Amino acid sequence: MAKKAIVGEKLGMTQVWDDDNVVVPVTVLRVSPARVVQLRTPERDGYSALQVTYGQRDARKLTKPMAGHYDAAGVEPGVRLVELRLDDISEYQVGQELAADLFTPGERIDVTAVSKGKGFAGVMKRHGFKGQPASHGAHRVHRKPGAVGQCATPARVFKGTRMAGRMGAEQVTTLNLEVVRADADQGVILVRGSVPGPRGGVVIVRDAVKARSAAQGGAA
Amino acid sequence: MNPTDLIDNASLKSDIPDFAAGDTLKVHVKVVEGNKERVQVFQGAVIRRQGGGLQETFTVRKLSYGVGVERTFPVHSPIIDRIEVVSRGDVRRAKLYYQRDRIGKAAKIKEKRD
Repeated sequence: MAKKAIVGEKLGMTQVWDDDNVVVPVTVLRVSPARVVQLRTPERDGYSALQVTYGQRDARKLTKPMAGHYDAAGVEPGVRLVELRLDDISEYQVGQELAADLFTPGERIDVTAVSKGKGFAGVMKRHGFKGQPASHGAHRVHRKPGAVGQCATPARVFKGTRMAGRMGAEQVTTLNLEVVRADADQGVILVRGSVPGPRGGVVIVRDAVKARSAAQGGAA
Repeated sequence: MNPTDLIDNASLKSDIPDFAAGDTLKVHVKVVEGNKERVQVFQGAVIRRQGGGLQETFTVRKLSYGVGVERTFPVHSPIIDRIEVVSRGDVRRAKLYYQRDRIGKAAKIKEKRD
């Protein structure tokens, strides 16, 4: 699991030039300082994680249970509570702040977010089916799946057969992205390439779990 | 204002002269050879300017030893040392792709007279 993580918001994509004057496509993530509200420990909760909040919210507009939760931690209320699953939380305390400088340029990260919803999508879009011919007698079947099974045996459609349905709006993690820049003053992290989800969507950034195991394997 | 302006503004250049399709430019390009850097001039006619903000690019076309050469630059590219407008062209369209099919006198762009 991850050693460090932070929550942010996807601002959009743009480009920057690197030291060799080559254009780098980047996604800009806004990372306002995250405040630790609660520690999830294996003893009490069965897993270890940090419960954090970020941003500002009017304290009068909180429900009483939420206000009590923030009061118990002595933390200013934020826009939402997010849990960050980590290996080891012994170095963290309630009230501690995490900022964008948690990450350094060149580091590999994983980014988790809820992908853009595509609604009820057909099989060509959802599963990459080839569809039917454009002509040669094809009649109103151009984007249909075709056959979904056999005949009297088995006389049913197998479970898990790929069909049209809801697509997107699910949790997606993109692995091993590269940090191009991390600026705590501006509160932004620039990630090379694209990141799941719409602009304004909540993203969770953690250090890359797969890159690290490879690096450790080489060192050990 | 775009949300990414925060990042873009740092790379935007302010010394871009006003130019459009049909104009003849001298683009002074920084070239790195080994560890030495020198400036090379690419002179030709602008046949396209597209995009906006940091993503804006323009294409310059010239004839080099009888061969048409086109080079597309980001307007705000750091490899551009400076842009010099040599002449203003009098053209009726924004994209001068018809230039690719023309040679000799037919490819000449009229100069703007005010």
